[in-house]
Amino acid sequence: MSMNMMLIISGMAIVTYIPRMLPLVFLDVERIPSWVQAILRNVPYAALGALIFPGILTINENIWYGVIGGITAIIIAYLGANLIIVVLSSIVALMLLSFII
Amino acid sequence: MSTTVLSNQKTPFARGLLAGSSIAIGYLPAALTFGLLAKSTGLTFLETMAMSLFVYAGAAQYMALNLIAIGTGAFEIIFTTFIVNIRHLLMSASVRERIDDDHPIIKALYSFGITDEVFAVTTTQEGHVKTGFIIGVSTVAYISWVINSGIGYFVGTILPPTLQQSMGIALYAMFIALLMPSLKKHRKVVFLAVSAALFNSIFSLFLPSGWSIILATLLSSAGIEFFYRNGGDNT
Repeated sequence: MSMNMMLIISGMAIVTYIPRMLPLVFLDVERIPSWVQAILRNVPYAALGALIFPGILTINENIWYGVIGGITAIIIAYLGANLIIVVLSSIVALMLLSFII
Repeated sequence: MSTTVLSNQKTPFARGLLAGSSIAIGYLPAALTFGLLAKSTGLTFLETMAMSLFVYAGAAQYMALNLIAIGTGAFEIIFTTFIVNIRHLLMSASVRERIDDDHPIIKALYSFGITDEVFAVTTTQEGHVKTGFIIGVSTVAYISWVINSGIGYFVGTILPPTLQQSMGIALYAMFIALLMPSLKKHRKVVFLAVSAALFNSIFSLFLPSGWSIILATLLSSAGIEFFYRNGGDNT
């Protein structure tokens, strides 16, 4: 491995690890103010919204892949299916779509 | 449901492995593509594996390949990686809020595995999360990412093109499935997710995606508290 690649990979590893590690190890959740805790409790749901949209529209140059896949996932998940079933159904939906398009 | 009863008898680690299997499916096409791209960018097999093993960050790894291809300097690549991955500060803090406390060394070890997807699966569990659970989720996700990067390097995309293309939806479908139970139960969750999605759509027009996600998440997480404290109801 070249020196330069070694520098790049180890540097990337360190700057990726630090933000993952710091809050988990050093944040004392019992001692942060209750309003910060309240905000923190909202983070998963807000983050999921941001992680889904608009990224889902970019999975293919054809925007319909994201739209159809997303709608399929919403319907199947709404019906109460478990995680894997939702994931597999939306993959199958897009395979069907690609035969049509 | 019978599956719930069954999964309650398993250890937290085993339940984590099961919950993480959706991530493993989602990482499959992404890691295969990474391996393939790494090879075409000119990385050796060792360098490709080292990146997936030690950096373990999908978006940043893709971006690094682009930058390496155009001859960008090491410092700039590392700095850009930092910018992209700083969003994990918020995700890790949120995991800490949901998970049982443990020895700092244990926490330092499993924190390595907190990707967007591991964060999402962990923090949407009901009740407090056990350390074993997140380790289970991370393990299956990590193995999928690393092994499929290697396969991608040697064989390229082993999947038929239609399947490879369709699998791009997997992680998004998983995010939707993770959100749905709370979405159905609490109106607040609908506001949180929808407003963050809208904020992110706006911010991502002029901000790097890592920052756009942080800002959108913080703004709706804090905004909704402000709203509820000022006369909103508490559903």
